[in-house]
Amino acid sequence: MGTAYTPGLKVSPRTLVRKYRRLPLKGQVLASQGEVVSPDMVVARTEIPGVMQTVRAAEALGVDLHDLHKALRVQIGDTVVKDQLLAETRSFFGLMRNEVKAPIPGTVELISDQTGHIGIRLTATPIEVHGYIQGKVAEVVPEEGVIVETEAAMIQGIFGVGGEKTGAIHMLVSNPDQPITEDMIDESMAGKVIVGGSNVSGAALRKANQVKVAGVVVGAIIDRDLIDFLGYDIGVAITGQEDIDTTLVITEGFGSIMMADRTFNLLKSLEGKQASINGATQIRAGVIRPEVIVPLGEDIKGDEVVDAVQALEIGAHIRAIREPYFGMLGNVTALPPEPVLIPSGSTVRVLEAELTDGRKVTIPRANVEIIAE
Amino acid sequence: MAEINTILATDCGSTTTKAILIEKVDGEYRLSVRGEAPTTVEAPFDDVTVGVLNAVFEVEELSGRKIIDENNLIMRPAKDEKSGVDIYLSTSSAGGGLQMTVAGVVKAMSAESAQRAALGAGAIIIDVIAVDDGRKDYEKVKRIRELRPDMILTSGGTDGGTVKHLAEIAEMLLAADPKPRLGMGMKLPVIFAGNKNAREAFSEIIKDKVDLRIVDNLRPSLEAENLGPARAAIHELFLQHVMQQAPGYGKLSSWTDAGIMSTPNAVGKIIETIAEQFSMNVLAVDIGGATTDVFSVFEGTFTRTVSANLGLSYSICNVLTEAGIGNIQRWIPFDTDETDLRNKLRNKMIRPTTIPHTLGDLRVEQAVAREALRLAFEHHKSLARSLKGIQQVRTIGDLMDQGETGLTLVKMMDLDMIIGSGGVLSHAPRAAETAYMMMDAYQPEGVTMLAKDSIFMMPQLGVLSVVHPEAAAQVFQRDCLIKFGHVIAPAGTARPGETCCTVTIDGKNMQFKYGTLSVLPLGLGETKEVTINPTRGFDVGAGKGKSITATVEGGTVGLIVDMRGRPLLLPADKKARISKLQEWHTALGLEVGG
Repeated sequence: MGTAYTPGLKVSPRTLVRKYRRLPLKGQVLASQGEVVSPDMVVARTEIPGVMQTVRAAEALGVDLHDLHKALRVQIGDTVVKDQLLAETRSFFGLMRNEVKAPIPGTVELISDQTGHIGIRLTATPIEVHGYIQGKVAEVVPEEGVIVETEAAMIQGIFGVGGEKTGAIHMLVSNPDQPITEDMIDESMAGKVIVGGSNVSGAALRKANQVKVAGVVVGAIIDRDLIDFLGYDIGVAITGQEDIDTTLVITEGFGSIMMADRTFNLLKSLEGKQASINGATQIRAGVIRPEVIVPLGEDIKGDEVVDAVQALEIGAHIRAIREPYFGMLGNVTALPPEPVLIPSGSTVRVLEAELTDGRKVTIPRANVEIIAE
Repeated sequence: MAEINTILATDCGSTTTKAILIEKVDGEYRLSVRGEAPTTVEAPFDDVTVGVLNAVFEVEELSGRKIIDENNLIMRPAKDEKSGVDIYLSTSSAGGGLQMTVAGVVKAMSAESAQRAALGAGAIIIDVIAVDDGRKDYEKVKRIRELRPDMILTSGGTDGGTVKHLAEIAEMLLAADPKPRLGMGMKLPVIFAGNKNAREAFSEIIKDKVDLRIVDNLRPSLEAENLGPARAAIHELFLQHVMQQAPGYGKLSSWTDAGIMSTPNAVGKIIETIAEQFSMNVLAVDIGGATTDVFSVFEGTFTRTVSANLGLSYSICNVLTEAGIGNIQRWIPFDTDETDLRNKLRNKMIRPTTIPHTLGDLRVEQAVAREALRLAFEHHKSLARSLKGIQQVRTIGDLMDQGETGLTLVKMMDLDMIIGSGGVLSHAPRAAETAYMMMDAYQPEGVTMLAKDSIFMMPQLGVLSVVHPEAAAQVFQRDCLIKFGHVIAPAGTARPGETCCTVTIDGKNMQFKYGTLSVLPLGLGETKEVTINPTRGFDVGAGKGKSITATVEGGTVGLIVDMRGRPLLLPADKKARISKLQEWHTALGLEVGG
């Protein structure tokens, strides 16, 4: 019997957050060890080599592959501008001309006598990586990037869409069971991270995107509303690259599910503070969950940052994450060591729990998550 | 080689590392114990060997044999009856497996052969590039650049054929300047397995940009495929590049007595081995959380395909997208609300480690499994086919009826055995559930044995089959395979209630009506000779209306008589369909749930 895996998402008022800000290719790191960085500061930069575009020169000129060199007006290594003459042929005493011109500006990298093609590579595209969170550079990885560290409040969601954004937290509802509806959103929320309770409707999400709300944090969304918002279906849970102005982070799941009290209250306590939010989710191979990070700032002095180790033990506070008790909270009352027969007919490791409504239930260990105290 | 009495083998999956201990007892190799632990290729461990040692610790505890020494190394060879092992082997699919892009000149010919070579070597194919694939050059260049595969296999041209098109592929790679997925700053491995006359031209263009390997042409002529050298090169590069970049694999490689094999490559090896040993046509499937692998051997030809985004947890919503909600609902034996069902599947996707608690929830997952299996099988059939482009001499008379080239090799009537593995099939609470899912998804015809891999040890047995085929075959037969029993399924359709077949067992004639499903008692290892006499519109292998005599074997389910017809048609009316599904569940001794 393998070790039961009990997933638990981080919902912490104070934790040490380390973010690896990495370039896609080797390049230049601009920030130095110990430097304080802001979310929009460039910490590393590189250049992605331009794509090479090939011109079928021999074919266009109607010359034999081996005769192409006679027609060339450029050499490998030459810099060319758009529409610059690359090769030409003349016939009928110079009266008839065939020309091949550069379709793009760039550098001539290839003149092939195998294919008769001329290849022009576009100028490299600069790529910049930003700090994303307010913090200090804890480590510089030469040529690759930096690790930015900060003490922050952190909330991991279960699923999200949209990339990195920053904005002040703004509570739209007063209770975690209240949904976000279209009429609650207006233009004053542009650039903010708005927080709702149980659900965000499709119309509300579209309105948020329209007025350029930076982020929406909410308990759940109905599957169909998300598909309508994106304009396509998400088959595999790898997100973060969507072309949308508003990043969405859901904390509980799909449907209409009240946001956990602890999450809601933490967000409420952070109202008005600047948050860094990212909807990127990858559930397969190297789990990435969406996040809301609120750096606490250097002026805040508190207790030492200690993340409690979450253990599944008697008395642990848990939440069921699958039917028939999906979303319900409770406390572990027993952890039978032997596998137990459950209604599906499987024999699996379970726990016994008392739910907040007083019911005593048996749940597979795989179907709960521990809620950190 | 010294006598081998104790074998340890591990399979490092993306979520779980599984270890098995095989021991020779009374002259026979048998599975002794199995242990498992979470895979540790990611933070905070970043070292696959941590998970391996944890899984082996469990084997130690269960077997009472000391395997790990004081330096945390696997003791080899065995010192005595209670310590060490004689050989240690491993397979791996952790860290996303082996991801490849393949390229060829003609999509239906060299690019397809390249796909077969890469799939057969255990890769997940992330794109197929062909000169004639309909995309513009810049679109292909963009794709090659974005995907960041572990390696690229290029092919094209028969020996002595086109050089120009291969030079164009090289130019395309040059234009894209692709980078590998792992190992920042490393050159991307590219295998050239095309026209031997184009090697120089190809190399000239691309050699400075990539780590180029040249092997024999995988399609030396239109009539022949030569996939072996390309597969060997993929395997070698997998060990040299991909495995060395994955955390802890350098250490793991130094522990093993043979190279670490990619998991699907190993499963393919064991399937090929048993198909050859028993002269069988075999279909095997491994359905996981993210991907579904399908393996087949028909008339000695091995084919493997992987449907990278068809699975029961991470990829469950992709099954929904590809199959459509209606195709999933059609297998659920009770009424379901579409919105609830969609949200349910999404919640499984985002919490992939949860398991069905209620019977209704289990039936929903099993319905999705049928569609994932069906779609992956469709994909498999499209690639398991005879070579396209072979020239055929035709007469005027042949034009109307001569077979096409490129026809699927998968012929359900000729299939001898279907082996299921992967969570939803291996861990279904009742044997009949697994058999039922496979019958619905594959619709076997004639007489076919249904079986499952008991604890998914085919990967370990696959790598073992390379170094010790005898041990691998013995454990496969005795401990790995669990037979459900033969299924008799005539091909054809009729009106509900019409008799479609008479089966004679022990001199007793039993008539079966169209649309029914029955189980006759026949236990594990028991065999009977049966005569199957189909009515005029039905075929059990000898042609419509022609009877056959066969020896059938039972199993944990029994002898299954599936008279639902082929193709299997479900009632269009929802109420009638649900009623029929409930009838079939009951026939198999299964509760409906819901």
